[in-house]
Amino acid sequence: MEERSEAELIAAVLQGDSASFEPLVAKYSPRVFATARRYARRDSEIEDIAQEVWLKAFDKLKSFRGEAPFEHWLMRMTVRTCYDFLRGHQRNREASFSEISEPEEDWLDRFVAEPGNAAEDADAAKALINRVLDRLSPEARLVIQLLEIEDRSVKEIAVLTGWSVPLVKVRAFRARAEMRKILARMAKDKYL
Amino acid sequence: MNLARLQQTLIAAARRQEPDERVPYAFEKRIIALIAERAAVSGRALWARGLWRAAVSCVVLAVLCGAVSFFTPAAGDNSKDLSQDFENTLLASVDQSDATP
Repeated sequence: MEERSEAELIAAVLQGDSASFEPLVAKYSPRVFATARRYARRDSEIEDIAQEVWLKAFDKLKSFRGEAPFEHWLMRMTVRTCYDFLRGHQRNREASFSEISEPEEDWLDRFVAEPGNAAEDADAAKALINRVLDRLSPEARLVIQLLEIEDRSVKEIAVLTGWSVPLVKVRAFRARAEMRKILARMAKDKYL
Repeated sequence: MNLARLQQTLIAAARRQEPDERVPYAFEKRIIALIAERAAVSGRALWARGLWRAAVSCVVLAVLCGAVSFFTPAAGDNSKDLSQDFENTLLASVDQSDATP
């Protein structure tokens, strides 16, 4: 789909032809779902986020001025919807580290014995980082995800989240400290 | 345990996770159906809102009319009665012919 035809689709939707919205949903849903999966674990929650993003996008399409690509506008909306989701589901953060699985425990043991030998691509390491991310506050999780995992710049994060650049920096500092605190608690639960 | 290193290793593990771009079957159809459904609901809601406003206006008008008729003092003088005036006018000639000897 060319940019021009995308602009035509948007214009058609704005003129009341809601069926023209379908190709846009089909084209960008993979990205919306990939983003939602970084913040939610259950399929039902992921679908709810994606659905909310698209309904919001339809309602607010008038505010899309076409200066930036539609995808950027949509991703801003997706990240903000994910942040709202995290804020609404903070109760999940209180899970204890005593619940970590055997492979995760083994991976941690290997890391303690020989940090260089603990593989980064092991499923246990991925499960462990997901567990740690689930325990972070919504702000910290969003910053860690965007800054550390997706390797985005502070400026990009400011645009995506709507926060100011200094606020992103402050939240990034706090997020790293929060993550270290969680890791320290995990180590304490396991080894003390 | 070296926490800083553990943090780095776990973040590196997170970076290695492939983004999962799977989309449920016919998801776009579902979104379009939802949008159409919402539009229909908002049309019905518009009607319902209008009807409720009309109903409230009617009730207010009825209460006002009731209050006016309740608080207006009843006319004790029969001459102000329109039907009596009408009858008097209509039968005036008969009354006059009765009066003349």
